Amino acid sequence: MNAATTTSEPTFDCRQAFAETLIELARSDERIVAVCNDSVGSSNLVAFQKEFPDRLVNVGIAEQNMVGVAAGLANGGFTPFVCAASPFLTGRALEQIKADVAYNGYPVVLCGMSPGMAYGELGPTHHSIEDLSWLRAIADLAIVVPADPVQTRAAVRWAAQAGKPVFLRIGRFKTPMVTKEDGFVFGRADELRPGGDIAIVATGAMVSRALEAADELAQRGVAARVLNVSTIKPLDEKAIIDAARETRGVVTVEEGVIEGGLGAAVAEIVVRYAPAPMRMLGVRGFAPTGDTAFLFDYFGLNRAGIVAAALELRT
Amino acid sequence: MHPPITRHAGFVSPSDVSSMPAEQRGDFFAATALEMRRSIVEMIGRAKAGHIGGDLSVTDILTTLFFGVLNLDASAPQKPDRDRFILSKGHCSAALYSALALRGFIPRELLGTFMQSLSALNGHPNRRKVPGVEANTGPLGHGLPIGVGCAIASRLSGANWRVFVVLGDGELQEGSNWEAAMAAGHRGLDNLIAIIDRNRLQQGARTEETNRLEPLADKWRAFGWEAVEVDGHDHAALYDIFTRPRAGRPLCAIAHTVKGKGVSFIEDRVEWHHKTPSPEQVELALQELA
Repeated sequence: MNAATTTSEPTFDCRQAFAETLIELARSDERIVAVCNDSVGSSNLVAFQKEFPDRLVNVGIAEQNMVGVAAGLANGGFTPFVCAASPFLTGRALEQIKADVAYNGYPVVLCGMSPGMAYGELGPTHHSIEDLSWLRAIADLAIVVPADPVQTRAAVRWAAQAGKPVFLRIGRFKTPMVTKEDGFVFGRADELRPGGDIAIVATGAMVSRALEAADELAQRGVAARVLNVSTIKPLDEKAIIDAARETRGVVTVEEGVIEGGLGAAVAEIVVRYAPAPMRMLGVRGFAPTGDTAFLFDYFGLNRAGIVAAALELRT
Repeated sequence: MHPPITRHAGFVSPSDVSSMPAEQRGDFFAATALEMRRSIVEMIGRAKAGHIGGDLSVTDILTTLFFGVLNLDASAPQKPDRDRFILSKGHCSAALYSALALRGFIPRELLGTFMQSLSALNGHPNRRKVPGVEANTGPLGHGLPIGVGCAIASRLSGANWRVFVVLGDGELQEGSNWEAAMAAGHRGLDNLIAIIDRNRLQQGARTEETNRLEPLADKWRAFGWEAVEVDGHDHAALYDIFTRPRAGRPLCAIAHTVKGKGVSFIEDRVEWHHKTPSPEQVELALQELA
C-alpha cells in the first residue's frame, strides 16, 4: 500500500524561485533585507549577497538573535526576510517569533527553508514537522505554504508588501508544477480538481501527490475534489465547509505531524460547521532513517496512502 | 526647593536640558526622578501588582535617558529618525509608563489604570497600545537582539539615530543576550548602548548566588564592547556617559543600583521583586519620597 510514487513530469524545488523573486523585489524596494544564520548557501542567498552585500545580515549560528534582529530591522523601517532552516528557525526561536515578531506586529517574513522532512536522512533533529502546529497557535501570524515555484513567486511578492508577520514555508523536495500563474491568492484555497465524492485537502509538496491520487481514484470511479491550501492561516473556511458538505468526507495530507497542523485546522472547521468523516495523513512520531522520498512512502504520504484513505471514507 | 513637577511634563526636551547649567540640570533630574518614584509607588499600590524593586532601581537611568538624552517627540512618536529606547526588562513597565507620562507620550491620568482590566497599560509594555514603546518586551533576553536589529537598521539607512537598551542584570543569564552581544561587537555597532541595571538581585536571590555574572565588564569587553561602570543613581554621571561621543564599538554601561532605591523598607530586599505595598506602606513610601 505504500508503494513509491513515480512521475515522469519535470520537477522543481521552491528555493530557486524564492531566491530569484527576492532579488527582483530587492532591486526595486530598498527596504528588503535578508537575515540569516550562516545559511547563505542553504537558503540560496549567494546571488542576493553578491548583489546586495550590505542588505544581507548574517548573524551567524544564533537563531534567537536572528529573529530579534529582524524585529529590530522592521522597527527601523525595513522588510526583513529571515531565511533559515525551518526546524531551527521555528524551534529555536519560537519565543522570538511569538513575542518579537507576532506580538509586536512587525512586518517580518519568516522563511522556513527546507521544511518538513526535506533533510530526510539527517533525521528528526533536522525535520521541521512541528512548525505548522507551533505557529498556528500564535496570534497575528499568517502561515503560507506554496505548493510549487509558481506559488512561491507569488507568495514572496505578496509577503513583501503584506505589512504584517508572515511565515513562509519554502519547500526543497522537488515536485511537479501544480498551479497556474494566478495560483496564489492569500487566504484562498484553490480547487485544483473538481469532484463530489471525496475531498482531498493538501498543502506544499503533498499537493502533487493529492492530484496523482485523484487520478487513480477517478479510474476507480471516485470523483475526488482536490484543494490546495497554500494559506494555512487564516484558513479558507468557506472552501473547507463546501468540501465537507458537498462530498462524503475529507482527507487531509501534510508533510508534518497530525497534531495541530493542516488536518487539525481543517477538522476545527469541519466539526463546527459541517461535520463529516475525515482522515488525516501526516507524520506520526519521530521518523526512522531514510531520504525524503522514502519517508513520504513510509508514512503513507503518497498516492497509494491517499487513495486508501479516500476509499475508507467512501464506504 | 524643587520646581513643581508639572513644569516638566512634556515640555522639557533633551535639548533644553543640555543647555541648562549643570546645577539646574541636576535639580531637574532629581525632581523628575522623585516624581517618577512617587508615581511608581502609587501605581503599584493601586494595582496591587507590579515589580516595584526593579522599577525603583531603574528610575534614575530612565530619568536621564528620557529627559536628558533621547531624541523623541511625543507629538510624533513614530518619527523615523527618533532614537530607539527598548526596555528589555519589560516587567519594570511602571517606571517606563511613568517616564512616558511625564514626557507627554500618554496622559498622566492613564497611569491610574495600570494593570486594570482592559487598560492599555499591561504589566509588560505593548507598542501597539502605548505610544513611545518600541518593543513588546517581557520574556527576558529579547531587548538586546531587537536593539541590535535597530542599530543595523540605522546604519543601513545612513541615519544617525541611536539605540538604547536597558537590561536587568539577572536577565543576562539568558543566552540570547550573548548572541546579540557577539553580533554587536562583531559589527562594531557604536550607535548601540546597553545599560545594565545592576541591582544584584533577581527574583529569587542575589545574582551572584544564583548564577554568577562577574566579572561582568570583562565579559562585555571580551565580546568587543566598551564597558564602563557607573553609579546608576548618579544622573550627572549617567548623563555624561550617555552623551559622550563614541566611535568604533558598542557601549555597555553597567549601572550599579539599589533595588527598591528611595524607599528604605524596600531597598535591597529580595522579597520586594514583585511584592506590592499595602495602603499604609504606600503612605510611608510617599512620605520618604516627599
